[in-house]
Amino acid sequence: MFPGYPTDLFDLPVYGLARAEKQAMLNGVLQQLTAYHYRHCQAYQQMIDCSPFDFRNAAGDAQLPVAARLFKDLELASIHPTQVFRQMRSSGTSGQASKIALDGESARRQSQVLVKILQSWLGKQRRPMLLIDAPSTIKKAGSMTARAAGLQGVSLFGRHHCYALDDDMQLNVERVLAFCRQYEQQPVLIFGFTFLVWQRFIQALMTQGIRVSFSNAILIHGGGWKKMKEQAVTDKTFKAAIRTTLGNVSVHDYYGMVEQTGTIYVQCENGYLHTPVWSDVIIRNANDLSPLEHGESGLIQVNSVLPTSYPGHCILTEDLGTIIGEDDCQCGRLGKYFNVHGRVPKAQVKGCSDTFS
Amino acid sequence: MDTQQQLQQAFSDALGIPPEKVTDGLTYNTIPEWDSTAHMVLIAELENVFDVMLDTDDIIDMSSVAQAKLILQKYDVTFV
Repeated sequence: MFPGYPTDLFDLPVYGLARAEKQAMLNGVLQQLTAYHYRHCQAYQQMIDCSPFDFRNAAGDAQLPVAARLFKDLELASIHPTQVFRQMRSSGTSGQASKIALDGESARRQSQVLVKILQSWLGKQRRPMLLIDAPSTIKKAGSMTARAAGLQGVSLFGRHHCYALDDDMQLNVERVLAFCRQYEQQPVLIFGFTFLVWQRFIQALMTQGIRVSFSNAILIHGGGWKKMKEQAVTDKTFKAAIRTTLGNVSVHDYYGMVEQTGTIYVQCENGYLHTPVWSDVIIRNANDLSPLEHGESGLIQVNSVLPTSYPGHCILTEDLGTIIGEDDCQCGRLGKYFNVHGRVPKAQVKGCSDTFS
Repeated sequence: MDTQQQLQQAFSDALGIPPEKVTDGLTYNTIPEWDSTAHMVLIAELENVFDVMLDTDDIIDMSSVAQAKLILQKYDVTFV
């Protein structure tokens, strides 16, 4: 077991630690995580050893990130195969999926942190919940997809769960309208993946000329904007269409990935994604990987204190983003806040691995 | 049925296991029947049987049958 967590680490306020204190905490834990994975994951050890990098003398925010795509090509784990409690995989429909090995302890810690983060947006009380997905999504056997994990994690915040889609992914209008009639006047939680919410829910309602008027609903959605961009839907048009179709709904996008399940980045009222206390983002120059200043666009690196069963505490994603600032968002939450612009265009991420084949 | 029996029956119904397997020491995720999906069914069942509204902390904390009793006691359900 990883021995490096300070006591009460998971009782810290989600968005309440200012820069100096947060960075001191992260530096300590991330450096110990590197040392831990160096001892427990051979492939990770080899990666570190073949670079001139000395992790023992580097600060936490200077630890070498692992490229996200390595979790697709390799099985990177710091636990023995017999200790694997659950294997997570990305829900990507194209190409290979990432495979992440969790032991019981990691799985429990991930849900604990996800709950803490969401409680700060939703409160502790559970709400009648509309899930924009099909019931079969979580029932599929085998390893768990990021989509299923999201549905399951957020379901804790709901009661009287209603799945809006049938197993053929078509909107079940009758079921949705029955839910709306019953709970329209109550605080309601709606959750789903961005493109499903848009295409299968909002657009389906609009086509059929159906409008609902929730008096106090909150929509949490995530999963990326790739398909939305193809249809030229912006965050602004998305939110406007939701309010027209569903009434008084506060809409929050979130950014997260299967390689760091648990520490999600939720969008505030001002449209920025916020880093919780247990994780951080760094923006790097896409050409030479040097760290960039706030305001500059580059590759997003995500650091999280959670991964102990696999070396995923510092990950270089293939997403582009910009840090807007730190500790000074108008919403009052502390920590860095940022925007995500989308994936790196394909041509740029082609590595040099072909030269060895 | 006393509350102890009601609790046993609720676990048995929600998880699909015989009532005699429901002991204080039974722990979340240690039997295949009590996984995260069944956990939500269990929560709904306990809310119905004992007429309580559990919050998200309760759901996370309910890691065993013994814990379930402690949590329900917060809502004035007594076990003898």
